[in-house]
Amino acid sequence: MQELDIAGMGSTRVTRKGNNVVVLEKDLQTEQMVLAMGPQHPSTHGVLKLECLTDGEVVTHAEPYLGYLHRCFEKCCENVDYQAVVPYTDRLDYLAGMNSEFAYAITVEKLLDIEIPRRVEFIRVIVAELNRIASHLVAIGTYGIDLGAFTPFLFCFRDREIILSLLEWASGARMLYNYIWVGGLAYDVPADFSKRVMEFVTYFRPKTVELYKLLTENEIFVKRTRGIGIMPADVAINYGWSGPMLRGSGVKWDLRRNDPYSIYPELDFEVPVPDGKVSDIGDCLSRHLVRALEMDESLKIIEQCIQKMPSSEGFNARSAVPKRVRPKAGEVYGRAENPRGELGFYIQSDGKSTKPLRCKSRSSCFVNLSAMKDLSKGQLIPDLVAIIGSIDIVLGEIDR
Amino acid sequence: MEEGKVLSQSVQQSAAAYAIIHDKFGEAVSAFDANATMPFFEVLDLSAWPEIALFMRDNPKLQFNYMACLSGVDYQAEDKVGIVCNIESLGQLNHKIAVKVKCPRQGGSIPSVAGIWHTANWHEREAYDMYGMLFSAHPDMRRILCPDDWEGFPLLKDYKVQESYHGIKVPY
Repeated sequence: MQELDIAGMGSTRVTRKGNNVVVLEKDLQTEQMVLAMGPQHPSTHGVLKLECLTDGEVVTHAEPYLGYLHRCFEKCCENVDYQAVVPYTDRLDYLAGMNSEFAYAITVEKLLDIEIPRRVEFIRVIVAELNRIASHLVAIGTYGIDLGAFTPFLFCFRDREIILSLLEWASGARMLYNYIWVGGLAYDVPADFSKRVMEFVTYFRPKTVELYKLLTENEIFVKRTRGIGIMPADVAINYGWSGPMLRGSGVKWDLRRNDPYSIYPELDFEVPVPDGKVSDIGDCLSRHLVRALEMDESLKIIEQCIQKMPSSEGFNARSAVPKRVRPKAGEVYGRAENPRGELGFYIQSDGKSTKPLRCKSRSSCFVNLSAMKDLSKGQLIPDLVAIIGSIDIVLGEIDR
Repeated sequence: MEEGKVLSQSVQQSAAAYAIIHDKFGEAVSAFDANATMPFFEVLDLSAWPEIALFMRDNPKLQFNYMACLSGVDYQAEDKVGIVCNIESLGQLNHKIAVKVKCPRQGGSIPSVAGIWHTANWHEREAYDMYGMLFSAHPDMRRILCPDDWEGFPLLKDYKVQESYHGIKVPY
């Protein structure tokens, strides 16, 4: 028996019977096929198109195509007042509108040099953390659906509904809030808000355990995600990953801790990173795990904020809101920890106009997704679905 | 910067990092702008930009391993377009700095740093898509958000939208 390499046919095992050569086994090289996943594909979470070059079931190359949801966010910003940009930021990451508004507001406030009332800061953190939980619930629920688990999705959306009702009660809208303004808030929260939020915290604590048992410890789910799409920490940093994606690779980096803003330095919470016991560090399961554990930390933050929040007596949510936002000339890059990572705004002001000269949003999903090409190389098509799901993309933020 | 004003700690760190870069590259970089909101310097010698970037990333005293953001900007008054890079040392030295690179508005090009920070890959494509400057030696210089056959570069200040796109009326 010997191995022959016949040009263009891959390696072939043959044996000789007398003078005849008998082919025993041929390493088949199948024809490569181009497979377009999306833009209308449920597992791409929106209108993302992945053009995959496949060899059988193996993806040899995947090229993401973006822009199907491009709405010229940055051009729009240059044509409206600073305050009027806030509703646009809701539409970036529409699953975490409060967090996007928060990031934008603190960026402009850096240029403005105004003092924000303490109660405003607390309310901002409460609504942002509530929104973070809601956003993670969608991420976890839809990730389950991607991998064939339907029940966790229903559980997640049931609980998310309560958060959306709370936020609707405060702001009047379910997803696109326009609540956190530059310099303050649109309104104070309703009278019983703290009580109802505390009720939710008490209700939701056991649910995170339930969700953990239902999905994170589910054997099928673990088999589909563990060891898939591993991203080493240094490569993740070089790719500019942030948020749960970066922490999934074992880097303890959270802007709320490492580049603190608002009242986060006063609050006590952990930054969960996987320890490698239940997952391989940097794989899809680690990223999922970080999100699952982060919800508990958010609950902790909310609880502390409710306890420490100054009373509403004599409080005006708009007391520090400038009549006309006209920052001094200069540039600023401000950022905040969003559910999906670092959302940054680069704003340029000429000091005369009430409109930004340039407003660039650094989208976390856009940066996280850029590693897709490297992550997908040599993966199976079903694993590709697991990887996209673990990146937790929102196309509204990628395409802007 | 106003005279006699005390610099904050983060600006001091950036200034120290700039001093190391300036020692190495001298005339290729501009003076340091120590403003409080976003301290930056400008790369004056365009061709030195990848070398400066690599030095910033790999020098043990700098370790700028993380590019947070790369934004295209239109400097219409100077007849230039450019990029602003917000770079920091994540988890290592925890300092940050902004770098500006400018090129002529018509047919200008900037050397790419996509091989140094992967983040730059898509951000440079976006800057090209919106402002029209090319990034030489970029591995994949295509539009990213607009369609490939779109005319003009939307974020330029004097951009006029095309009349129609594939038979669809564009301005509404």
